Amino acid sequence: MITLAWVYALAGFAFAAFAVFNLIDKANPRRFGNAAFWGLMAVSMWAGDLLGDFGNGLLVLALVAIAGFGGLGKTKADEVPDATKHQRAVKYGNGLFAIALIIPATALAGTLLFKQFPALFDVKQVTLISLALGVLLALAVGHVWLRAAPALPLSQGRRLMDSVGWAAILPQMLASLGAVFALAGVGDVVGGVIQQAIPAGSLAGAVIAFGLGMALFTMIMGNAFAAFPVMIAAIGMPLLIKQYDGDPAIICAIGMLAGFCGTLMTPMAANFNLVPAALLELKDENAVVKTQIATAVPLLIVNIALIYFLAFR
Amino acid sequence: MWVLLGIAVIVIGFMLRFNPLLVIIASAAVTGIAADLDVHAIISAFGKAFNDARYVSIVWIVLPVIGMLEAFGLQERARGLISGLKGATTGRLLAGYLLIRQATAALGLTSVAGHPQTVRPLVAPMAEAAAEKQAGALNDNQREEVKAFSAATDNIGLFFGEDIFLAIGSILLMKGLLEQYGIILEPFELSVWAIPTAIAAFLIHGFRLWLLDRRLNSQAASATATDEAA
Repeated sequence: MITLAWVYALAGFAFAAFAVFNLIDKANPRRFGNAAFWGLMAVSMWAGDLLGDFGNGLLVLALVAIAGFGGLGKTKADEVPDATKHQRAVKYGNGLFAIALIIPATALAGTLLFKQFPALFDVKQVTLISLALGVLLALAVGHVWLRAAPALPLSQGRRLMDSVGWAAILPQMLASLGAVFALAGVGDVVGGVIQQAIPAGSLAGAVIAFGLGMALFTMIMGNAFAAFPVMIAAIGMPLLIKQYDGDPAIICAIGMLAGFCGTLMTPMAANFNLVPAALLELKDENAVVKTQIATAVPLLIVNIALIYFLAFR
Repeated sequence: MWVLLGIAVIVIGFMLRFNPLLVIIASAAVTGIAADLDVHAIISAFGKAFNDARYVSIVWIVLPVIGMLEAFGLQERARGLISGLKGATTGRLLAGYLLIRQATAALGLTSVAGHPQTVRPLVAPMAEAAAEKQAGALNDNQREEVKAFSAATDNIGLFFGEDIFLAIGSILLMKGLLEQYGIILEPFELSVWAIPTAIAAFLIHGFRLWLLDRRLNSQAASATATDEAA
């Protein structure tokens, strides 16, 4: 059966290639740091399940030590001159879009199709499996039609990967921090603090505290999923649902979306806010967060108003 | 109460712009020690969670394809396509992308688009090309603004579309949590309430994209006026 393990194997191969291309690149002054960093990611993808919890923890510490103390660099090697790119863009035209669209099209088709074959595919992971398949298909088409050398995608992918740098593993790191927070019971303590801050006897006060609390706690944790159980336990369940007899479906569904407004406003949600800034080579790493605030604040107000007017009819 | 120190470490560390990876490890260590966990247990908990969350980093396998296509001029072609289209503006282009992203996410297709897959190779260069048509040459700040809007539009489309889908993680989390309190709901009863916010998100962000268009257009108008005056 094709499972996520196959995709991890493929990802491990990609990271290993990024490591090797760095190792042989004399133009990068920190090539050994880059090679070690992506090499460790390859080890994690290939052998993470064999390392044990403590072994994986040591692997994380090594990644942080390399990146945290300036061990990663960028290279000028392998850059394609603009003139060449313009020439090729004219030559290959809109066919380039067709190859780019192979990935989403395969992800879409695979998600729908592979679910019909639960014996062959792990149905819970069909989208990620299809995504990986789409990548392989796009590479094959590129090799045949563009006559791209087999090493070109890996050397160019390595260049993009190095431009993202350590931000690439931030999302995974923050998810892990959430696990330590859960183990230490941070959520319960925060819930207790918030409960004491609500004005007694005011429905509007409780709804506002719930909506703002979802957004603020999401901003701290970088993830609405971590904030949700805490806020439901602190305010949603005892006050809004039990005391004021609100509709639980509306309170939960829109409360979660109030949390998503918080996700838009925090650098802690690295994969949505910091990673794209690195990918788009923005000068200000917080430019995406700053752009989103003016959409997130009015939308948060709308969400709080929706809960107040819809859930307590 | 002491476990909240970990949150303080995060907030202060990010404010002082230390490397976020170091801040995260420091926060985990402080939180764990405050909760009376030993070092071995903290490292193990972190390592286990890191290994369980590997699927988050799978998306980087698309970079070789994007790198290959960019070497063959994908961004240049994306710009060329938009600059040849009449009536294409940054705001309209991004509003169209917002609608598509919300609609596909509402069907559960969250991974078909994203920052590495679509924003960097296609959406951002197209938005830049449209902005160049509207405003003439862009300065660095405007280029930065258009790119940041491209990324923001992808996030907003994803967040305020995905919860309309029945089987998305957050809906299943709500259902599971409510069951613990003895409230049984079908996913559909929850997901239907994501629709009002989805509409509000489109209107609010769409309005901001319209304002962005006005800013870009007015710059073109003032540039022409200066030309005529000279």
